[in-house]
Amino acid sequence: MTSENQAFRLAGRGVVDRSKTFSFTFDGIPYEGFAGDTLASALLANGVHLVGRSFKYHRPRGILTSGSEDPSALVELRTGARREPNTKATVTELYDGLEATSQNRFPSLRFDFLAVNSLLSPVFSAGFYYKTFMWPASFWEKLYEPMIRRAAGLGRAAMEEDPDSYDKANAFCDVLVVGSGAAGLMAAISAARSGARVILADESFAFGGRLLAENRTIDGINSAAWVKAAIGELSSLSNVRLLPRTTIFGAYDGGTYGAVERVADHLVKPAPGQPRQRLWRIVAKRTIVAQGATERPIVFGNNDRPGVMLASAARSYINRYGVAPGRTAVVFSSNDDGAATINDLANAGISVAALVDARPALPDAITARAEALGARIFAGGVVSDAIGGSRVKGACIIDASGATHTLSCDLIIVSGGFNPNMQMTTHLGGRPQWRDDLAAFVPGAMPKGMTAAGAANGSFSLASCLAEGARAGSAAAADVGFDAKPIAIPASDEESNGISAFWHVDRAKHKAFVDLQNDVTAADVALAQREGFSAVEHLKRYTTLGMATDQGRTSSVNGLAILAQLTGKTIPATGITTARPPYSPVSLGALAGEHRGKHFKPTRLTPSHNWAKEQGAVFVEAGLWLRALYFPKPFETDAQTTVIREVNGVRNGVGVCDVSTLGKVEVHGPDAGKFLDRLYINMMSTLAVGRARYGAMLREDGIMMDDGTAARFAEDRYFVTTTTVNAIKVVQHMELCKQWHWPDLDVQIVPSTDQWAQYAVAGPRARDLIARIVDKPFDVSNAAFPYMAVAELTALGGIKARLYRLSFSGELAYEIAVPARHGELLMRTLMEKGQDLGVIPYGTEALGVMRIEKGHVGGPELNGTTTAADVGLGKMASKKKDYIGRVLAERPGLTNPDRPRLAGFRPVDRAARLRSGAHFVGRNTEPVAANALGHMTSVAYSPSLGHWVGLGFLSGAETRMGEIIRAYDPVRGEDTLVEVVSPTFYDSEGARLRV
Amino acid sequence: MRISCPHCGERALDEFSYLGDASVTRPDPAAADAADAFYTYAYERRNIAGPTQELWYHQAGCHAWLVVTRDTRTHEISDVKAAQDVALERVNSTTGAA
Repeated sequence: MTSENQAFRLAGRGVVDRSKTFSFTFDGIPYEGFAGDTLASALLANGVHLVGRSFKYHRPRGILTSGSEDPSALVELRTGARREPNTKATVTELYDGLEATSQNRFPSLRFDFLAVNSLLSPVFSAGFYYKTFMWPASFWEKLYEPMIRRAAGLGRAAMEEDPDSYDKANAFCDVLVVGSGAAGLMAAISAARSGARVILADESFAFGGRLLAENRTIDGINSAAWVKAAIGELSSLSNVRLLPRTTIFGAYDGGTYGAVERVADHLVKPAPGQPRQRLWRIVAKRTIVAQGATERPIVFGNNDRPGVMLASAARSYINRYGVAPGRTAVVFSSNDDGAATINDLANAGISVAALVDARPALPDAITARAEALGARIFAGGVVSDAIGGSRVKGACIIDASGATHTLSCDLIIVSGGFNPNMQMTTHLGGRPQWRDDLAAFVPGAMPKGMTAAGAANGSFSLASCLAEGARAGSAAAADVGFDAKPIAIPASDEESNGISAFWHVDRAKHKAFVDLQNDVTAADVALAQREGFSAVEHLKRYTTLGMATDQGRTSSVNGLAILAQLTGKTIPATGITTARPPYSPVSLGALAGEHRGKHFKPTRLTPSHNWAKEQGAVFVEAGLWLRALYFPKPFETDAQTTVIREVNGVRNGVGVCDVSTLGKVEVHGPDAGKFLDRLYINMMSTLAVGRARYGAMLREDGIMMDDGTAARFAEDRYFVTTTTVNAIKVVQHMELCKQWHWPDLDVQIVPSTDQWAQYAVAGPRARDLIARIVDKPFDVSNAAFPYMAVAELTALGGIKARLYRLSFSGELAYEIAVPARHGELLMRTLMEKGQDLGVIPYGTEALGVMRIEKGHVGGPELNGTTTAADVGLGKMASKKKDYIGRVLAERPGLTNPDRPRLAGFRPVDRAARLRSGAHFVGRNTEPVAANALGHMTSVAYSPSLGHWVGLGFLSGAETRMGEIIRAYDPVRGEDTLVEVVSPTFYDSEGARLRV
Repeated sequence: MRISCPHCGERALDEFSYLGDASVTRPDPAAADAADAFYTYAYERRNIAGPTQELWYHQAGCHAWLVVTRDTRTHEISDVKAAQDVALERVNSTTGAA
């Protein structure tokens, strides 16, 4: 195909690069366009106006605008995993090989089966979700909802995983300029010349905004050429960062702005290593909103037909892209800017059949020009309806006297005035102000550091945009301490900006659309008002007006103006709905960035992780950590077999478990003991140097926070451990206590979880193994290093180490710690030197089984609702001192003897299996909630006892010892008789750990 | 939102975590009305529309607790102090009075 096929391309116009021809397809048909085109301009160059079907009624839709506000030119872009629905053709940058497909049509765009919805429109009117399909209720899920979902809706999301990567970046600047039209460029230049760090962002791939779209003269040269020079200057300055293809989508607290840079959306796919999009967080001391204004349509019959186009869009296609959007136009306006479009149409060789303007009188210059072009002039007239289906064929015009005229045309150019793009000024709660002279809302009070300039501020003329932008730029720079001098304002050609508010042709015969994307008509607005939804926020939600991905940028003000007419109120009294981020859609991929799949959160690996992997360990997530759950042998087919072997290995020989994930904290200082006394329920200041003690800490409300051990290495040097999952929380709590509650205590807290690799060495042969690890002459005998002893020493020939005689398993046990970098060496050496002792590695599952056998509480018992007394630690609480949580732990509710307390449970039928989560009820009691006595929290098959054992909380546990009760589990349909016993099932005297 | 840590400078919100009202302090556990005072301290917190003093923790920074004066209506932060300095002042003034 050659460029002759671009039959609507205009010779010698526009800023597209005609030396670069791009091929693309739409619905499988090949077309050509040029570099610098959007998909919309390239389609129009080939005479394609019909691009999709609408949301509810499946009406044919075309290209209304030339920007990110477009409500109707939505297509599916790309295929397969990269398929992206609801992409606006008006901002999609054309690239060679682009594939686009129309949406929401069946079986084809031109013949749509579900266009019958249009005939059913009474069913789909405002609030239909709330009123129709209500009966019978069971039909909703099975019939109505699937039917509506099939009939309504837009594009299809890709069903495969997104193959692209997304980047996140931060930027800081003195002045952020949003938008690069006349005001934005002048603002950026004036701020940049003072030396301020400037970021200039524009959502388009080309800087210049409307200066590219209008045929204007600045300082004697064409406006597009002036842009080139301005960008040339800015890109030569090292204090300026230019961000094209970047939408600033939201304003946040403290001068923070969210932005998406479409890094590779103009390529078939990103280059290797290149992100598709980049999410910027920009922190700006000052921000200038120069996002221009959005033209609003006039609401008339069939105003959604392909071929109805905003005047500003028609000028964009002619002047920026060199494309004629049609051959014969009718212009329908309410303002000078729209009416003046006849000049651009004439320049492009498009014949102007008529100029229809709602105002009774037009400026002489426009009238004279229209007459010269041979256009019929209907001052005080309206276009009541468009004629045609999948393309405009004509216009019905009602003149000032009420007479009807029908004219042939393939293009209806419409302009109802402009709405400043001031969404960003309201993101933090600001309210816009109505200006009668502009018939538009303009920014009201703005967040600190933000100003608006140019059309975004309601200053629509080119001269005022240039001047206001320059002023805003130097003011912003001066505000943050730069010596910003006023810069010369370039001269621009003259224009007129008269407007008379006009919204809606109430004499339309056909459906007149307010919101094209959500298919909301003027009749829907009237219906909502009749049914009492006459507050703007109610109107919005009842009709869904303005709730689509276009954020109602072409519809909101029209909708509320129609509502105002119906209620007899003024527009400012009617109010405006709140604009919230994002300004235009942001892909979830960009928001997620690298945080997807396994990278959603960091994975922490222990120092000997690779060793465990080599052994074939099965891992489990514990907080952010990966811990070895168990170490299956090749011949072991189920986890239970492995765990039983590991438990027996420890109880009869020696095993090693990686406990490096335990939280570790150094607590140093003359007041360290006093400080820990106030944190733990038991005394720590009385702990002897060289000893460790188990401790529990509470929250201030009296509930258990965490447990662990405290070891004392010197008078002023403690080392405490926390549970794996609470490591960060406990340090935060300690810092709060130190800095906020007791700032006068002389104590320092240093978290050291990552600094130490730590291993539990447990079992009757543990001493034999430890003796081979620690350096001589350290004596590990029971007499020299008894239960609960701790020491700093060296191991493995001079490596700094710490040895603790602690036991979680209930066996003779040690925990030995070395600096993290030696962890793997220590693990390998333990395995090697313990070979003849039968040493085995064991995982957290065997650890868990042994702790249940011993009746130690773990995560399921410390569940944020239990007190120290509940978990059997009541006697540990000191009466001699205050500590966090003491006062509230003594509340009557928490000391009530009927509270469920920790107990052990064993099945009466020793072959029966226990289940955590089962509820306890009396043996002869009905299993209903009112009779519940507590529940099972942890269960395990005990290899040491040969049957299942459980821990749980039981009301009146102390008085029920030996009682038979029911463990009732309605979820699994089980009902098991259990005997209430002590929670310590194994070696209740603790003889094994003191040997 | 951005918070100016007295030790680290101005940082983004995601470096910090929030605790709650900094205008209340842990009551005297030895007082006769300690049970009521702790109950009020733990549970009865005000929900102010306007400037509030809040405790924030610089988790991803220096581990300092901060007293941040923030207007809950606008999120404007008018003052940030190290909590330890505020607490020391409180302790010293109490000691002075006693």
